[in-house]
Amino acid sequence: MLKTISIRLFTSLLVILGSLVLVFVIVYLLPGDPVLSMVDPSTVTPEVLASLRAQLGVDRPLYEQFGSYVSKALQGDFGKSIVNDEPVLPKIITHLPATLALTAASCFIAAVVGIWLGVLSAIHRDRWIDITARVVGLFGISMPTFWSGILLILIFSITLDWFPAMGSEGWKTLVLPAVGLGIVGAGFVVRLVRNSMLEVINEPFIVTLRAKGVAEKLVMYRHALRNALIPALTMIGVLSGELLAGTVVIETVFSRQGIGRVISDALMAKDLPVVQGVVFFSAIMYVIINLIVDLSYRIIDPRVRRSQ
Amino acid sequence: MKETAVAKTAWPRTRAWRQSAPRTAKLNVSNLLVYAAGFVVIFIVLCALMPGQIAPYSPTEMVMTDIMLPPSLTHFFGTDYYGRDVFSVVVYGSRDSLLIGLASVIIGGLLGASIGALSGFLGGIFDTIIMGFIEVLMTIPGILFALAIAAAMGPSLFNVVLAVALSAVPGYARVFRGQIISVKGRPFITAARSVGAGNLRIFFRHVLPNAWSPLLVMATIGLGTSILIGSGLSFLGLGVIKEIPDWGTLLSQGRGYLTVAWWMSTFPGLAITMLVLSVNLMGDKLRDHIDPKKSRF
Repeated sequence: MLKTISIRLFTSLLVILGSLVLVFVIVYLLPGDPVLSMVDPSTVTPEVLASLRAQLGVDRPLYEQFGSYVSKALQGDFGKSIVNDEPVLPKIITHLPATLALTAASCFIAAVVGIWLGVLSAIHRDRWIDITARVVGLFGISMPTFWSGILLILIFSITLDWFPAMGSEGWKTLVLPAVGLGIVGAGFVVRLVRNSMLEVINEPFIVTLRAKGVAEKLVMYRHALRNALIPALTMIGVLSGELLAGTVVIETVFSRQGIGRVISDALMAKDLPVVQGVVFFSAIMYVIINLIVDLSYRIIDPRVRRSQ
Repeated sequence: MKETAVAKTAWPRTRAWRQSAPRTAKLNVSNLLVYAAGFVVIFIVLCALMPGQIAPYSPTEMVMTDIMLPPSLTHFFGTDYYGRDVFSVVVYGSRDSLLIGLASVIIGGLLGASIGALSGFLGGIFDTIIMGFIEVLMTIPGILFALAIAAAMGPSLFNVVLAVALSAVPGYARVFRGQIISVKGRPFITAARSVGAGNLRIFFRHVLPNAWSPLLVMATIGLGTSILIGSGLSFLGLGVIKEIPDWGTLLSQGRGYLTVAWWMSTFPGLAITMLVLSVNLMGDKLRDHIDPKKSRF
């Protein structure tokens, strides 16, 4: 047990280091001068350009830039924002709670609605409830969040006036963005759970249970669902990363002060250190969430526990 | 006791029956949906190819007396704050939205498939290194990856395509590698090798033809994702700045007028949703057709 966890921890660390390299590569190895993409050269003097280059360190050789970037990042220093000289890490940390709350809430909606509809859909295959669930699933994966967010604002803020259209204070502001983002996740989960339930229902052990006269509800919820949950759990792990990234768009729609908003503002201002910092940070969170998912298999599936 | 639909009939509950019977029962509804999806896609492609024939007005024509009119028979989708006909702008905007989706799927798919194929076919240390790299790439969600690339390279149509394409590469590489490895292990490959076929011949004549079909399914579904990510980039202002905006930009422009003119951002969003929904429906159908066992996920 301890050995597996430590191996997983080690590979996760490797992956995080790798993503640090990647974030560096994306910004510095792409063609073009990062400084020129940040400011318009016709509006500033060459001295300003030179000082920006020095501040970013892009005037030094590449290996030196990379070395200092990694060593600083490992010490928690992701540089300073070009726009207002604010250090990147504290900026991320202040805005993190709003985003985490949103990601968690939308993940929760995705999991509950997705699993519930997916199971009902598989049990009542080809009836109206199945068709509804499949339509929900398809719409969920096909609607852009910026559009569903706008529709939610139109209906629940402007017309009905139930929830505020913007802001990040209090639980009321969380509802609409979480639903908007949750629909996407639910779409993926519904389709996956339905499919894996249908597969499990065809397994011989389900036939055996039915032959033994076990109540259908028990067969479905205790036996079939438990087996169908494993792929769903993996999916939710992957989704959490996507939902975290989805906050970039949805926080812009709902004007929430989260890291999604930080990155989209940074993108507008070409504030590359902030962009790098947020991308790297979200990679770390993604790795951590998937580590947790991996380890939770052993709770859900005794076979995993025994095989190690 | 709650019975399933299957259990209610007098038919024997064999596996073969269970899989075939509901399939014929739902065939009509799902086929109808796929046809409808086909029509939507054809219509949007026609919009992109010959917008002049479909749009009733010019997308740049500003009529100052017709500012922000609600949807009506003369203006299906209403008019915007410049007095432009929203339907016409949406018709013209289909070109860039579709182009971004298609081009990035083709570029990303080819690049990803080549990497996956090479990695899976060669195996060994090369495979381990490439897949380690892909694993790292997978930790950065598609839209963030695309955002970072688009931001670093600056807004242009080509950069948006490249950003969306690169963000899709790891997924394609992973799937195609798995497929290549599973085909590589099948007996007919050993047979080909034993009669003296070389690596290149085995790869192009035997492995590739047997491995590409899941890639086709993935590319169809990936088209939907690419359109979504592409329009997301435009929505965030990283897209192409043009006189005729694409759907994402259009939607973002209409956002400020939500309380007074809901139609300005609702209809471009509906266009994106209909296109992606149709593409996904067709992808589902294709998946069922190619691999009935692994139907929708």
